Amino acid sequence: MDENKNTPEIMLPTGESLVVSSSPHLSSSDRTSYIMGKVLLALIFPAAAGIWYFGWRAAWVIFLTAVFCIGAEALWCKVAGKPVKATVLDGSAAVTGVILGLNMPPEVPFYVPLLGAILAIWIGKQVFGGLGYNPFNPAVVARVGLLIALPGIMTLSPVPRGMDQNYPNVKEFRTPVDAVTCATPLSIVSASPKIKGNDYYAQKNFEKVDTPALVKEYFLGCKGGSIGEVCIPAILLGALVLIGFNLINWRVPVCYAGTVAIITGIVNYFCPGVTPSPLFHLVTGGLMFAAVFMATDMVTCPITGTGCVIFAFGCGVITSVIRIWGNYPEGVSFAILFMNALVPLIDKWSRHRPFGYRHRKEAAK
Amino acid sequence: MNKSSRSVMTFKNGIHPVCHGKELSEAFPVQTAPLLERYTVTVAQNAGKSPQLVVNPGDKVKKYQLLARADGFVSANLHSPTSGEVRAIIDVPGPAGVPVKAVEIISDGLDEALPPLPSIDWKNADAKTLLDRIAECGIVGMGGASFPTHVKLSPPPEKQVDTLILNGAECEPFLTADHRLMLEDPESVLAGAAIMGKILGTDRIFIGIEVNKINAMSVLQEKAEPYGVKIVPLKVQYPQGSEKQLIDAITGRQVPSGGLPMDARCVVQNAGTASAVARAVIGGLPLIERIATVTGRVIKKPGNWKLRIGTPVIEAIRLAEGVTEEPGKLILGGPMMGISQTSFDVPVAKSTSGILLLSREQAVNYTSGNCIRCGRCVQGCPMRLLPCAIAAAVESYRFDLAQKQHVMDCLECGACAYVCPAKRPLVQHNRRAKAEIRRQMKK
Amino acid sequence: MLHLVLIAVITMGCLGLLLGLVIGFFAKLFKVESDSRVELVTELLPGANCGGCGKAGCADFAKSIVSGENAPGKCPVSSKEQITAIALALGIDAGEGFKKCAVVRCGGDKHQVARTVNYNGVLDCASASLVAGGPKGCRYGCVGMGSCAAVCPFGAIEIVNNLALVHAELCVGCGRCAAACPRGVIELVPVGSPVHVYCNSPEKGPEKRKNCKVPCLGCRKCEKTFPEKFKVEGFLARVRYDAGVLPTPEDIEVVKCPTGALLTAARHQEIETIDPEYSIK
Repeated sequence: MDENKNTPEIMLPTGESLVVSSSPHLSSSDRTSYIMGKVLLALIFPAAAGIWYFGWRAAWVIFLTAVFCIGAEALWCKVAGKPVKATVLDGSAAVTGVILGLNMPPEVPFYVPLLGAILAIWIGKQVFGGLGYNPFNPAVVARVGLLIALPGIMTLSPVPRGMDQNYPNVKEFRTPVDAVTCATPLSIVSASPKIKGNDYYAQKNFEKVDTPALVKEYFLGCKGGSIGEVCIPAILLGALVLIGFNLINWRVPVCYAGTVAIITGIVNYFCPGVTPSPLFHLVTGGLMFAAVFMATDMVTCPITGTGCVIFAFGCGVITSVIRIWGNYPEGVSFAILFMNALVPLIDKWSRHRPFGYRHRKEAAK
Repeated sequence: MNKSSRSVMTFKNGIHPVCHGKELSEAFPVQTAPLLERYTVTVAQNAGKSPQLVVNPGDKVKKYQLLARADGFVSANLHSPTSGEVRAIIDVPGPAGVPVKAVEIISDGLDEALPPLPSIDWKNADAKTLLDRIAECGIVGMGGASFPTHVKLSPPPEKQVDTLILNGAECEPFLTADHRLMLEDPESVLAGAAIMGKILGTDRIFIGIEVNKINAMSVLQEKAEPYGVKIVPLKVQYPQGSEKQLIDAITGRQVPSGGLPMDARCVVQNAGTASAVARAVIGGLPLIERIATVTGRVIKKPGNWKLRIGTPVIEAIRLAEGVTEEPGKLILGGPMMGISQTSFDVPVAKSTSGILLLSREQAVNYTSGNCIRCGRCVQGCPMRLLPCAIAAAVESYRFDLAQKQHVMDCLECGACAYVCPAKRPLVQHNRRAKAEIRRQMKK
Repeated sequence: MLHLVLIAVITMGCLGLLLGLVIGFFAKLFKVESDSRVELVTELLPGANCGGCGKAGCADFAKSIVSGENAPGKCPVSSKEQITAIALALGIDAGEGFKKCAVVRCGGDKHQVARTVNYNGVLDCASASLVAGGPKGCRYGCVGMGSCAAVCPFGAIEIVNNLALVHAELCVGCGRCAAACPRGVIELVPVGSPVHVYCNSPEKGPEKRKNCKVPCLGCRKCEKTFPEKFKVEGFLARVRYDAGVLPTPEDIEVVKCPTGALLTAARHQEIETIDPEYSIK
């Protein structure tokens, strides 16, 4: 030690291990897997709320779907000769799995998550070339597939915790065939007859499902439905996390929900017998969950802000049309799927002017 | 929109590099490097035509003596950094990675200088005299592009210039050379700014400084009054120091695509260039030394040094007491736009603002994941391009599509590749596309 | 019941008839005159769409044959029999079949070239050569990242020891690789030419020596011995492929190239593939 101090030796680099590469030589610490991790973090809130309302069975469904999705991804990569570990570790399959799990009713048999995982990962993502190349949101593809293939299973919902105490007219919601399932507010609306005009009967048409007290219960999450979509406050918390981490464009959920509220509001104002109030539409069904977690998927959503507004507006219009006049009680999945297909076109329309083109004529003078 | 009403100015988009690394060297005053035994002065140090050599091997030269004379208008003189003997004209590794011609000067240890040129009373001199002096002293842009300053200061008569902007943003992480210069020698920067304003015939002179250099800003503010220079605080944002973005931030004008700053009635000069101009006009001294930051986390003692042109990089690292471990990358310039080098024998040039060493872990290992269309590159691009779309076009060899996406407007600032979570080589793709499109245009 | 069936059958029948008439009418109205000979020639062509004839694809080439713009012999892929078949079918002259083959004029594999640069980036020759002149010391030779192999429609190029190697038996001379190479190392030569100069650097001999063990030094030995077969431009010897007399393997024995840049194609391939550790003394 002392010798070194007396003769300070300067260590000079030899330059043998110098690497050359293209600039920039620094890069942010952000990674695709970190982004997926943060999305999973945001998904904890609706998942926890769903487990609270439906019990541990819901947790099992989410877990099963996520595991099946990861397994499907690993299997595909193995067969297709892609790097298995790297693909699974990017976390996209886990995110798809959890979102899909939150889209399932809590009491599904095990083969539904399995079928969903195969639909999502194989049909929805890998056939197009894997992460980033899929035109459609894999979770939405799987949800739509399941909804069409197994409508009975996918629309049945168990009774959420506290329903019997909180609902004044709980009989409307408890289906007579058994004691454990209940109807979702949207399915009741869809099943009830539509009364045109604005008379007394039209105004009374939805009074059993659309009351301020019930809307409050719907908002808090005490309603039938899929695991993730019931509790609106949890979804909004998740949205805050996503926007805080700059993972989603806030325009998508805001415009989506806003468009639905405006369209249903107009229809409800003139024909209250055709559709319930906009507030009812906002807090029921999968609208909020889809607007925050599914429509905002980076891969399948436009890149620019303007594009996001167009995209979300389209989603809102289609959702409203299906809900008001369609056969299905719920339309968000179809709306997102349809607008996903239009994303390349929207991207082309909404390309912003690069720097140096706006003032071109003025500056040239 | 009235831009001047805002206190801190900036441009749209851009990024905020988190690890800026300036803390390594910003507190250390500029030290003058001792005389070396050997200098290798590269001949082509300016954009445009390289100058003609006027010395031969065996010649004795003095400090400030002309080594190479400007060949044509867009060219710059080159002077000897010390007294001694020209041993040979050799090939050294050049800053762009390919060998270049250089004058090898063996110092005689005396550092005998030619008498300086007579000082010019710039307040009463005409533009021609001042421009001639700047050209004679071989001054080029010291921010990195090394465009001859006298050319930049003589816009064609049909282009009106009403604003001179001095670039003190120094937005590159790690670099602190301009910061220390403005802090320690504000008079020369201000005088240089005023001289260049005089040449251009404008009194709208701004110095744009990022607010992370608050001490330099206040020092300049105190002395700026007599020179008629305004200090403009800028937001800490990359690439604030890019010409086009700086003009946008300060004046709100957009340089048209494919145009020059003078198309927006502006001229932008680096703060270091202004100091060199003042030394040339008032002191009569040609440009033979510059302030450069020697930094990096593997450098034992990072700092700012006044290095003579032609100093081999290895000597600059010796001044900083060497390294703590074998570095993985040597970069001339900043980490965002600097060029990685293949050898430590590369000499310091007039445009070398920094010598940066990265550790082997920092020397990013190349990967390229799938684009997840997160849009961060789009949010980060100061030219408002779609780097992800351009990269997709390049990867399928569709250079025509890349051109339609305005790839030719790319600054290669590296903001997109910095923020990309999939670590895609966006800048390299853009560079490839630009080279290919230029080649096709030539045909 | 019967009348229901009848109504259905009659409605559908009428509808079919009507639509058929409409389609027939429009088919007559917008008929595109197509030459059956073009289709015939397209069928006779190999269908590789390589672009070696200078046309956009085989169908385009077939059009130009029928119109008389090109002779069938211009197709680099078809065999002599196929070309004769086309010529016979159209009753025209087959034209000269000037068959070409690509050759990578560089011998700088990883054993011969000093690897001076640790390149880290996109694995593409053009991108790599923009960064510090590419991964090899020589700035004129093969970059060795396989951009040519990637574009070859016939799989004729293989990257061996960081050097592109053309398998002459697979190459049809379409020239895509030559267009893809950022350094112009690949040249199209008459098929079957046995001897090539495996160097592409115009630098001076000592400069080349720094980076490469097997450069052409420009010593003019070959040119002095066979002036009609070799030509030295600057510091780089070239085979005079257009002179009519191609150098033979025996000529190499006579010339005795000091570095071994002048080689037979067979020997070059042997060095690179069979005996990769071999280095020329």
